[in-house]
Amino acid sequence: MALDKNGIAKRIAKELQDGWYVNLGIGIPTLVANYVQDDIKVEFQSENGILGMGPFPLEGDEDADLINAGKQTITSLPGSSFFDSSMSFAMIRSKKIQLTVLGAMEVSDQGDIANWKIPGKMVKGMGGAMDLVASAENIIVAMQHTNRKGDSKLLKKCTLPITGLNCVKKIVTDLAVLEVHSELGFVLSERAPGVSVEEIVSKTIGKLFVPDNVPEMSI
Amino acid sequence: MISKVIHDLDEALNGLEDNMTVMFGGFGLCGIPENSIAAIRKKGTKNLTCISNNAGVDGFGLGLLLENHQIKKMISSYVGENDEFERQMLSGELEVELIPQGTLAERCRAAGSGIPAFFTPAGHGTEVAKGKEVRIFNGKPHILEHAFDASFAFVKAWKGDETGNLIFKGTARNFNPSMAMAGKITVAEVEELLPVGSLEPNAIHIPGVFIHRIFKGSAFEKRIEQRTVSKRN
Repeated sequence: MALDKNGIAKRIAKELQDGWYVNLGIGIPTLVANYVQDDIKVEFQSENGILGMGPFPLEGDEDADLINAGKQTITSLPGSSFFDSSMSFAMIRSKKIQLTVLGAMEVSDQGDIANWKIPGKMVKGMGGAMDLVASAENIIVAMQHTNRKGDSKLLKKCTLPITGLNCVKKIVTDLAVLEVHSELGFVLSERAPGVSVEEIVSKTIGKLFVPDNVPEMSI
Repeated sequence: MISKVIHDLDEALNGLEDNMTVMFGGFGLCGIPENSIAAIRKKGTKNLTCISNNAGVDGFGLGLLLENHQIKKMISSYVGENDEFERQMLSGELEVELIPQGTLAERCRAAGSGIPAFFTPAGHGTEVAKGKEVRIFNGKPHILEHAFDASFAFVKAWKGDETGNLIFKGTARNFNPSMAMAGKITVAEVEELLPVGSLEPNAIHIPGVFIHRIFKGSAFEKRIEQRTVSKRN
């Protein structure tokens, strides 16, 4: 069965390693924070200016001066720090953040990502996405395998305006975990429980390498 | 002590004219200079080019200047929360330049640091890079970006003293420090305006040298854009 949003977030949470600083994008990536394993310590960065972001506040405790990049009210944890926007992107560009998780509209088999603009629709802007994908060394995309029309979002070449080139390392969808390899394209490393390799192949347009054994993911 | 304190909003906006480029601190509605925005609306200054990460919401923040047709152009990284913005943009009344958030911040920081331009990897291979010089550093392409040039910067801080030293609170810091450094004239509004000597020098985020005018805001609504809470048991 295909994973729901929380399933995707749970699977991505297994990628987190002890001691990592992590930036989570808006949408499914935000949910990853709910599934951090008990035996590791990570700190979440939000690019509007906090490290050590905590959960949403209890009713009545919300503070207008304490929000995340999605403009949601949040809390800070012991050891957290606040900083200005230029320092926030300084730590992003200088690769102090070990993992970036973000959503996408399209990903190419070369690791290109498109996630900020749909021609003909109101353009809201790229926010911090272009800075993040241009500098981060470890980028995981969290997204549905296909769009609402059922078309594959894993393509040979992105059709939408690009956010960054050759940057995505791994993609976790509702159907599969895929790694991006410079020669092989998408490498199918895991499939969602009960999802067949054939289904994933049929829903992937970009170059796809299927190893002999594709295990079911454990989440 | 050099006093930066001004006593009315007319004095705060002295020299602000039509067609100027103006910076506004804030991320979403967090840490925006509410009192200065209200004063600019009252003054009616037109054709402003506004550098601000976002463009406010309908009826609040920079939305107040938008609905009064005072903004000619917005330079922002994300502008998605505002119907009037969308209407003016689609009708061609409003010019919009979208740039990556980190580049926006660094163009402010550079302007306040005497650095005319810099290379950044952000936006390479995208439409943001069009027409810009590309150079390879450490095997990776970077694009040339220039410091902003803003006549005024309006910022908001938590505490300030009479000589313009500022301390920010929480994530309301965001773009305020870099913009405070960047303005040819920087106007700071604060929640608490204290006598010189009241702020611990080690705790100051922005030294008063960058601030030209400071006043205590009379009212801060501090509207929350996305109230997200967990239920109490």
